Amino acid sequence: MDIIDAMSLTRQEVDHIAELARLELTEEEKARYREQLSAILDYAARLQAVDTSHISPTATVLNTRSPLRPDEPAAGLTIDEALQNAPRAEQRQFRVPPVQE
Amino acid sequence: MSALEEFTVTGLMAALRSGEVSSRALTEEVLARIDRLEPQLHAFITQMPERALNAADAADRRWQEWRKDPSVELPPLLGLPVAVKDVLSLAGVRCTCGSKILENFVPPYTATSVQRLLDAGVVVVGKTNTDEFAMGSSTENSAYGPSANPWDTQRVPGGSSGGSAAAVAARVVPAALGTDTGGSVRQPAAYCGVTGIKTTYGRVSRYGLVAYGSSLDSVGVLASSAEDAALLFAQMAGYDPRDATSVQAPVEPVDRLDGGVRGLRIGVPDEYFVAGIHPEVEQAVKAAVAAFEDLGAEVQPVRLPHTEYALPVYYLIAPAEASANLARYDGVRFGLRAPADTVSDLFCRSRGSGFGAEVKRRIMLGTYALSAGYYDAYYAQAQKVRTLIKQDFERAYTQVDVIAAPVAPSTAFRLGEHTDDPLAMYLEDVFTLPANLAGVPGLAFPCGFDSQGLPVGMQLMGPHFGEAQLFRAAHAYQQVTSWHLRRPALASA
Repeated sequence: MDIIDAMSLTRQEVDHIAELARLELTEEEKARYREQLSAILDYAARLQAVDTSHISPTATVLNTRSPLRPDEPAAGLTIDEALQNAPRAEQRQFRVPPVQE
Repeated sequence: MSALEEFTVTGLMAALRSGEVSSRALTEEVLARIDRLEPQLHAFITQMPERALNAADAADRRWQEWRKDPSVELPPLLGLPVAVKDVLSLAGVRCTCGSKILENFVPPYTATSVQRLLDAGVVVVGKTNTDEFAMGSSTENSAYGPSANPWDTQRVPGGSSGGSAAAVAARVVPAALGTDTGGSVRQPAAYCGVTGIKTTYGRVSRYGLVAYGSSLDSVGVLASSAEDAALLFAQMAGYDPRDATSVQAPVEPVDRLDGGVRGLRIGVPDEYFVAGIHPEVEQAVKAAVAAFEDLGAEVQPVRLPHTEYALPVYYLIAPAEASANLARYDGVRFGLRAPADTVSDLFCRSRGSGFGAEVKRRIMLGTYALSAGYYDAYYAQAQKVRTLIKQDFERAYTQVDVIAAPVAPSTAFRLGEHTDDPLAMYLEDVFTLPANLAGVPGLAFPCGFDSQGLPVGMQLMGPHFGEAQLFRAAHAYQQVTSWHLRRPALASA
């Protein structure tokens, strides 16, 4: 397995991650996270030393499969319950700004 | 000592049954303790005095009915005041998860774990403080301010279930719910000198638990003894069809805990007694292991060779899962919505201003670990090393019944000590993380005090669904020791 070059995150990478995560960050936050995340990732890079060539990943510790239930309709939240915490609701819907490309 | 002075779940239930105390009187006493100690402890985010007193009165009416007609079936914890960590939903009561982004969020439904305790008759008095979205080891990441350790209010109670641990240690409530994703029940239990169970993954429903790391999260209990914790555990454990990861394994009864430990094989892993552990912690844990041996347990070394990788594995998997779980906080349907004219700004500003630093840090870390080009090297590799960690436990349990280990490398640290160094904070979790990665249960309980008078905790870890054995073993230890009976000075003030 190739050793990943776990040097500091670049400024562009931090911008990119923030965009993927939909987080608006200040310049100060970006600088601080860049440093802290780089340190954490450097630490995490020690996992590269472990031979996992014959190992399957553990997605869940359980051996059981999720049971299915019969395809029968059941009560869920009412519209009013669903709108209870809405920051803005209109005409029994969530009101949001227009989506722009 | 009166039941109120003793303040155990077991004792209080007996007192409610005998009529020595009413639920109303007990709940009023709890509310008075909250009033008196909250300025120092800040254990609660939301208090529920009115609702609690109404529930107490309803409980008392049922007790009265029972006294007239003892054939009436009563729920086993009827009238018992408890607290609930503020990441577990209770319909109609604000659930903040320690975050500004959910400051005014009121869940429309109740978590299964909480509902089962309500069905068992408990009186919920409040929602306790937590690190934001359960991410942290001290409650210093709570957007509502940290909680204090009742043993020394300049120190942290641990986290993320720090509010629950502080409330139980200060004898404000006899028991409280917590959650454990990387140690968040066991570590605060150890720091506060109380008993805390991290349950097997899949044993207690996660329905209604605000998700942090879905393959790691567990609902647990904090109380002042194994016997007390077991009583709440018994009510919550068991299959729930509303949680797709809930397991249909039978729940071994925990009502008789006096089996003792003769012949119990206890494994002691060298990998947990590494440099960096405080000598007083090591000494107290080893003395406790010797005490188990005196009680008839068979102690032997075990190897858990991949222990050193638990930390990097956890701090890739948990943030990765968190980045997915916290994507729902977008200002659209619930939670904080920042002013914005576009949907993109809506998301970015709501999340940027609503989340605290640690949460944003973990979301960033997780997003990176899952992103194209890095997924295989980070996330996938971590999931594979996780398999090795899990296999370490499986192999160990072919030789021993339980594994004894410290809970944290030190006793409670000072508020502010690790604030500038996230990695140093993460290192507080080294001994607790492996159990979450393997999904095994772990029971933390006090085994001594250091030279500063701070509690030292140890943990027993068992195979999947082996909680009963852990409770029995800790109970045997608590019959011959009194660490768990000690209480901080401010509890009696």
